[in-house]
Amino acid sequence: MTLNSKNRAEEPVDVEALDPTMQQALGDFKSCVRAWSDAAYNRPRAARKAAVRKSWQLAAGWSLAALLIAGTASGGFYEHHQRAMAAQIAAEHAAEKQRQAALERAQKEAREEEEMLASVDTAVSREVPAAMEPLAQLSEDAQSR
Amino acid sequence: MAACTALNAMTIARAEEETAQEFASIVQSHRPQIFRFLLASTRDVDLAETLTQDCFLKAHRNWASFRGESSAMTWLMRIAINLQKDHWRNRRIQFWRQTRANAVDLDEASDWLPSCESSQEQRLLARERVEHVWRAVEGLSERQRTVFLLRYVEELELAEIAKTTGLSEGTIKAHLSRALARVRTELGGRR
Repeated sequence: MTLNSKNRAEEPVDVEALDPTMQQALGDFKSCVRAWSDAAYNRPRAARKAAVRKSWQLAAGWSLAALLIAGTASGGFYEHHQRAMAAQIAAEHAAEKQRQAALERAQKEAREEEEMLASVDTAVSREVPAAMEPLAQLSEDAQSR
Repeated sequence: MAACTALNAMTIARAEEETAQEFASIVQSHRPQIFRFLLASTRDVDLAETLTQDCFLKAHRNWASFRGESSAMTWLMRIAINLQKDHWRNRRIQFWRQTRANAVDLDEASDWLPSCESSQEQRLLARERVEHVWRAVEGLSERQRTVFLLRYVEELELAEIAKTTGLSEGTIKAHLSRALARVRTELGGRR
């Protein structure tokens, strides 16, 4: 026989056969349950009120949930819209900048080309005699003589 | 012939009225006890009220099938125990439907003591003892708790408990013994 089964067999089930501590504890417990039950049984019933409160709470809960969902959705939509706007503005800015840069580059290229043409023109005019220059020299020599 | 039919109708009506009165008196006399058992089992006043109502509704529907083989109290208690079992089973399955448990805590349950204790110290000691018993009861299995409450709160005889629960007296004794050992441990461990 194990210790547990021995204890079980030794534990009497009649209150009178139990030791005073157990009797007292079980008696107090019985009194407690009975007092609580009597008080709860005789309390004024408020079933209707409770039902109303519960339905009100349910409605409030659903409304709050709907508000939260709507808030989250609209917040998300607003955020998305803002981001789209910002992206569009940034794209426009970038395109404008690019256009400006292209214009400046074209202007610079045109200026450089012009300058180069001018310098070439100058250089050529210095090194290559004019077509009528020998004749002019001849006429100058004749006059001096 | 017509007179005979009318007499029969009157007899049936009177029998129905008698049955209704009989059931009403059963409700009046046993409702507090059923409620008390369910309250001690669940520690939830609202749930105990609901289950008590369900119990008498079920009893009313099946009143015609009650043959009086056992006492009305035994019959009603059996219905109450089954309803309580169903409730816990459903709650276990559908736990997500219950947002919070309404059962009062052990501390609150231990507050209910009749004010017959002579001194404040005695009241405190009694409260402590009751709290230990509640703690022990909370740790019992469903069947042990049922048997314990029927024996030490409702003060039913072993034979009545056997009829109510459908268990043998030997099994009931074993459950009670284990429950008492648990109470003793609770009381001893915190003294």
